[in-house]
Amino acid sequence: MRLVVDLTRCQGYAQCAFLAPDVFTMHGEEALLYDPNPDDAQWDRVRRAAAACPVQAILVDQTEIPATAQEGTHVR
Amino acid sequence: MSADGPERAHAFKKGGHIVIVGASLAGLRAAETLREEGFTGSLTMIGDEPDQPYDRPPLSKQVLLGMVPAEHTALPRRREIDADWRLGVPAIGLDLDAHRVRLADGQEIGFDRLLIATGVRARPWPNENERDLDGVFVLRTNGDAARLRRRLAARPRRVLVIGAGFMGSEVASACRELGLEVTVAERGPVPLVGALGGVIGSVVARMHREHGVDLRCRVTVTALEGDPSGRLRRAHLSDGTAIDVDAAVVCLGSIGNTEWLAGSGLAAGPRGVACDAGCRAFDVNGIVTDDVFVAGDVARAPNPLYEYNFLFLEHWGNAVAQAEVAGHNMISCGSARRPHLAIPAFWSTQFGVSIRSVGVPTFADEMMVMQGSLEERRFVAAYGHRGRVTAAVAFDQAKWLDFYRELIMAAAPFPPSFVPVDRPPVMRSMSPEFPDPALPSHGATVTITGHLPNDQRVVFTPARA
Amino acid sequence: MTPDTMLKRITDYGSRADPYPLYAELRKTPVARQEDGTYVVSTYWEIHSLLHDPRISSDRRNLAGPWADPDIEEEDATLPPSMIRLDPPAHDRLRRQAMRPFGPPHSPEYVDSLRPELAGIVGGLIDGFEGKGQVDIVDDFAYPFPVTVICRILGVPREDEPRFRDWVDLLVSTLDLAAWDDPAERQRTAQRARLELGRFLGELVAARSRKPGDDMVSALVTGHGPDGPMSQLELISTAVLLLIAGHETTVNLITNGMLTLLRHPHVLERLRREPELAVGAVEELLRFEPPVHLLPQRVTLADIEIAGVLIPKGAPMTLVLGSGNRDPLRFDDPDRFDPERRDNQHLGFGSGIHTCFGAPLARLEGQIALVELARRLQNPRLVADPPPYRQNPVLRGPRHLLVEIDGIAP
Repeated sequence: MRLVVDLTRCQGYAQCAFLAPDVFTMHGEEALLYDPNPDDAQWDRVRRAAAACPVQAILVDQTEIPATAQEGTHVR
Repeated sequence: MSADGPERAHAFKKGGHIVIVGASLAGLRAAETLREEGFTGSLTMIGDEPDQPYDRPPLSKQVLLGMVPAEHTALPRRREIDADWRLGVPAIGLDLDAHRVRLADGQEIGFDRLLIATGVRARPWPNENERDLDGVFVLRTNGDAARLRRRLAARPRRVLVIGAGFMGSEVASACRELGLEVTVAERGPVPLVGALGGVIGSVVARMHREHGVDLRCRVTVTALEGDPSGRLRRAHLSDGTAIDVDAAVVCLGSIGNTEWLAGSGLAAGPRGVACDAGCRAFDVNGIVTDDVFVAGDVARAPNPLYEYNFLFLEHWGNAVAQAEVAGHNMISCGSARRPHLAIPAFWSTQFGVSIRSVGVPTFADEMMVMQGSLEERRFVAAYGHRGRVTAAVAFDQAKWLDFYRELIMAAAPFPPSFVPVDRPPVMRSMSPEFPDPALPSHGATVTITGHLPNDQRVVFTPARA
Repeated sequence: MTPDTMLKRITDYGSRADPYPLYAELRKTPVARQEDGTYVVSTYWEIHSLLHDPRISSDRRNLAGPWADPDIEEEDATLPPSMIRLDPPAHDRLRRQAMRPFGPPHSPEYVDSLRPELAGIVGGLIDGFEGKGQVDIVDDFAYPFPVTVICRILGVPREDEPRFRDWVDLLVSTLDLAAWDDPAERQRTAQRARLELGRFLGELVAARSRKPGDDMVSALVTGHGPDGPMSQLELISTAVLLLIAGHETTVNLITNGMLTLLRHPHVLERLRREPELAVGAVEELLRFEPPVHLLPQRVTLADIEIAGVLIPKGAPMTLVLGSGNRDPLRFDDPDRFDPERRDNQHLGFGSGIHTCFGAPLARLEGQIALVELARRLQNPRLVADPPPYRQNPVLRGPRHLLVEIDGIAP
């Protein structure tokens, strides 16, 4: 899956780094580093992270929704 | 087909042909905007790099750190764009009268409307022999990043970073995080002096040194020396010293990719292609063209807030915003066209600090630390020009910048008279300490020829770099 | 109806079930001075702007002129204000220190790692509905769930709940300005309740100082960040804040959520089939029925002009988040509940530096709770609409939410 964070908008709220910690990493207090091409297994967490971004700065590819998108939010 | 009147515009939107030269961030977002807004004609995307559009900011951070492979930064898509992709073939010429783009493989592609989004490239090391030494790198493309990452992973004994702008500082930061010895050679008195001024540059200098960077300012690299097999082994500095290095990263800024426009009649040079606030390119005479648009790093556009100066901004957010305006205007006419008025903004991440800027810090004769402290590297500083706020820079204090953006948009008085939270004990206006503009620049030179008004024309003469 | 009595109308208990028509009225005057001198701000862009405005303080000690409160310093000496009532740099330092064991950059995996435990607690509570034809979503579920969670996080013994319950109720009641005729009495009550809670949590802090466990209080006692440890009193003050904020808000999120779903049966039905809908649904709930409706404690540090109104220095401001979230100038069709709403930059957790500390935890709690309620409750039916509401206009939500069910799915 492809994603990008508009770091011009990002204000370092770190919601993404809480909700998908293997994809989004705070490097210091406010600086965000992320994996622009995470494994599809991260889809569920990435979706939570993108929805939670207070400035809606996370763009996930709209043309290649992985099949695992249907797996839902159950905690297994 | 022209698109002046509403009917023609409608016909163009349905069946016109748009060519976008430059298949990176700006080109892609412009293409998406065209489709989003109902362009159903044919669309050709031309790019000199072989890959689908990818993102560059991670290359100097995540990729160098080894967190992400260089080829893993492909940009996500907002929507399908249904384009004819011509990747890996650079455009080498433009015939404005015939509305044709010439490609390196000999093909010619006609267009009704053209978007130029060819971006910039890394300014190479000026000495061609030294440039080709094994161990000398630039960093702009994912290929550059892959090569540099491989070298860093092989743990060179010392890396030399030439130039302490944002790119140089980020590379130095990554090297230190990898535990590599690194020397930074900077011509100016402190890092980032050209972008943020000497006051904040001094803060960054301390960040470098506290993280173990061997920072050497007011020096230039005079020569890179190789061994007999062509491998870089030593660098000579202007202070007479020499250092043994296995890798050198040339971070001397960038040059607009405009050579292919030479002779086209457009106002194109090393500092980009001039265009109006609606993204329409100017011809060399300064007359706006109808069917050629520009967006992204290669564009140089006037901004009313900055006294209509033409700004050449290599900012990620600017590329996106300008591409959206260009895409919209390419299929709109008259009053439906929009100006690109976004307040410039950029970011950098280095030594664990998030640096954010809004406005144009270089457009300033004064600055003032408004919140926090320079010593703790948590602060917001406002910049002013002739008594109004023109920019703000924050270190790890990004949540306040929306407020300062509003001050900039409102042309609020500088120095600000209010007292904010977390104000320094003493608030005073000072010089931001930008370098003397008489320092060498790399701009093109323009001359006017002809005597009678009907004859007068503008010509570019080669840059004096 | 005049704008200068609007806050009174809104905080009046009669408005609790549906304050939204009042908010619409209020938004006609984006900044409205009230009879007592408080400035009420109700429109999205103005609220958003103020939350990022460094001329706005969260520290009551900056109240000036007729609003100044001479007793504050003395009260604060006993138990210092928590970070939500402080400005930078003290606020930023306390927040960094508190964040070390809770989230990034130091403990990025922590909240995510709670997911199985959250699911376990939710499952256990719903199992308890077995054999009941009617349940109270508040008392049987939405209250005990976050209380259990925050107790485990902080290291407060769950069985100690009766020891803090009454003090929390009392302290929360003091947020409701309308319920108190005498402001001084309200302040004294708040201070007393905080002190009692501080005493209770002080015992915990002392115990963890002697023998640390793997809870957050222990981590705060022993943690060594670049900022050093919090002082003992700061730690107690932080613990009081986290204990209360950790459950008094989430109970509303879950209850408002279930109520909204029951009022939109097609969404409830979709959620049953498409649990991934919960992510957007929770964001939309934070906009549509936020757990916190008012931010009553901001102060101007300078004369500021906003929406054409000059607010004098030192004046108290109340930001009506619940109204900003329904502002048609920001949100299309704002009174429609749309779990797939795009560009939903709601004010449900505030914005700026005081943005809800526990937001990621609240999001997960809300998502997991609503998915499981939707999945397991068979044929849930609302007994009363509107349900009875809590007295509180700040932390707004139902006091009870009685639901009839045919049974529970496994």
